[in-house]
Amino acid sequence: MSAETDVELRGVTKRFEDVVAVDGLDLTIRRGEFLSLLGPSGCGKTTTLRLIAGFEQPDEGELLIGGRDVAGLPPYKRDVNTVFQSYALFPHMTVLDNVAYGLKQRGLRGAKREQKAREALELVRLPQLAVRKPRQLSGGQQQRVALARALVMEPRVLLLDEPLGALDLKVRKELQIELKRIQSQVGITFVYVTHDQEEALAMSDRVVVMNVGRIEQLGSPREVYDAPATRFVADFIGDTNFIERDGATFAVRPERISISRNGAAGLGGEVVTAMVVGPAMQCLVRTDDGQEVLVRQQRQGLDEDDAPREGERVVLTWAEDAALPLTTYPTGGTG
Amino acid sequence: MAVEASSLSARRRRGAIRAGAGGPRYPGWLALPAVAWYALFFLAPLSIMAVFSVATRVGFTEIVYSFDLDNFRYLWDPLYGRVFLRTLGLAFFGTIATLLVGFPVAYYLARYARRRTLLLLLIVVPFWTSFLIRTYSWLIILDRDFPVFRALRSIGVLPEDLQILYTSKAVYIGVVYNYLPLMILPLYAALERMDWSLVEAAQDLGDSALRAFRRVTLPLVVPGIAAGSLLVFIPLMGEFLIPVILGGDLTVYAGNLIGQQFLTARDWPFGAAIAMVVIAAMTVLVLAYARLVGGEEQHGR
Repeated sequence: MSAETDVELRGVTKRFEDVVAVDGLDLTIRRGEFLSLLGPSGCGKTTTLRLIAGFEQPDEGELLIGGRDVAGLPPYKRDVNTVFQSYALFPHMTVLDNVAYGLKQRGLRGAKREQKAREALELVRLPQLAVRKPRQLSGGQQQRVALARALVMEPRVLLLDEPLGALDLKVRKELQIELKRIQSQVGITFVYVTHDQEEALAMSDRVVVMNVGRIEQLGSPREVYDAPATRFVADFIGDTNFIERDGATFAVRPERISISRNGAAGLGGEVVTAMVVGPAMQCLVRTDDGQEVLVRQQRQGLDEDDAPREGERVVLTWAEDAALPLTTYPTGGTG
Repeated sequence: MAVEASSLSARRRRGAIRAGAGGPRYPGWLALPAVAWYALFFLAPLSIMAVFSVATRVGFTEIVYSFDLDNFRYLWDPLYGRVFLRTLGLAFFGTIATLLVGFPVAYYLARYARRRTLLLLLIVVPFWTSFLIRTYSWLIILDRDFPVFRALRSIGVLPEDLQILYTSKAVYIGVVYNYLPLMILPLYAALERMDWSLVEAAQDLGDSALRAFRRVTLPLVVPGIAAGSLLVFIPLMGEFLIPVILGGDLTVYAGNLIGQQFLTARDWPFGAAIAMVVIAAMTVLVLAYARLVGGEEQHGR
């Protein structure tokens, strides 16, 4: 790890009454990276973010931002800013005043403050909406304003708490691309909380998969997808078949399985359902030994008249490296 | 998006009585019972009072209908000026005191409290008992010989010569106690709708907790403060029982002055004139207040 460190968590634990939200977390966030905290609700990802922001204080462990211990420091004394899922724009202020809000605190005066705020609005491509009130904007626009309001502070780390969670799919996709563009433009470290694994895989440099307050796996999107470290990761990231064979369990991705009518050495079974899901053809096969296996094939290049039909007998095969034996998996740790 | 929606519903609403922005269309006759009630029992008596206020008293109880502004001229007497100022002072400082006591309670209830329904119920519970009984019970509590006070005096926490009852302290204790629910409920309603992530956002952007409160929370709950203050201020303008019971003397406020004119002095025209002046003064104050906070109200949702 030659890269400079921005945030470091050492054995950080946070309890709410008798629930352990974050359990002895060790995590190093590198300068300038796009890091996602990914996991189901209640996995501790948002609490981790709020600990870094200063909205919560850890019960145990150390938290360093830029090499400095921030224990007990309130949010306004930390060199981080947050983008909230609910946008949290001040309804009694115009868009421009919202963006300039934090600058006032820094003692920036009139014209200079407005100029910086306008630059931030240009960064998120909304300069024309400066005089509007937040309620006159769409959800996507509001989140861009919230982004500008945080970025104008030029924090060391930008914390994003499911920023696209409340938006519909199309706007979400647009803003994913937009967020990546902005991050590469400003070069600030992004810590991004999401429960959407597709989003995390698409945007991140590294992904932290969390479950019940702990890290299940930390790695690049490719590592997490191709070599899930635990059964939880294999199950949570993408679709996975857990196939029992010869007394062992294997994890096999649906798209790595080939389906044919008359293969020799393979898993025999019967097609239960066959359906078209956008660009893919998806079959559910019940094997002769009673397991259900999901198979996905790209429709492009597929002769659809010749595709498997419901009730047909088929044989499933896959390359050796597509089947990950789960018994050899470590129970936790990093990838 | 929101703009389009509201202009659309405005078009749809044409011909029906205007509801609040974005509200549903509803037939106007639904307001009829309330309008009739107000016309019959508020506007009509008010008109009678207006007529009385310019009438003349002849002899002891005889009233001659005329247009005579003498009743209002009598009111220029500094004696009545003092009564009005005293009433205004009680209403003003009583409202401020109730706000200062009520705001933290409402804030706690809305932001931190667990069993809100129960606590809100407890705040309203005193209303189940008669106002007079509750106020008289303070005579016992505030008495010098009340066991708690005696104990606190004997260990030196309270000064030996402390007198609360029959002073303005007792009056304000009684006022705050009686009017507190009227302040807390609208404040709670406003604070309960508050999005607390806004406060977090302000702190995230560099504000201390206090600054975030001043720059974000306070402006957003102004409508609640206005509603609570009006609910307390208006009845306080007519209040005279609390100062009479707990203040101990026969201090005259606008409320009992009017009562005296009608019941004791039998000078209905003069009583009506005082009432009209109080109503006029209150209308001016309320309108000014509404104007002051009217701009804020729009985004107080």
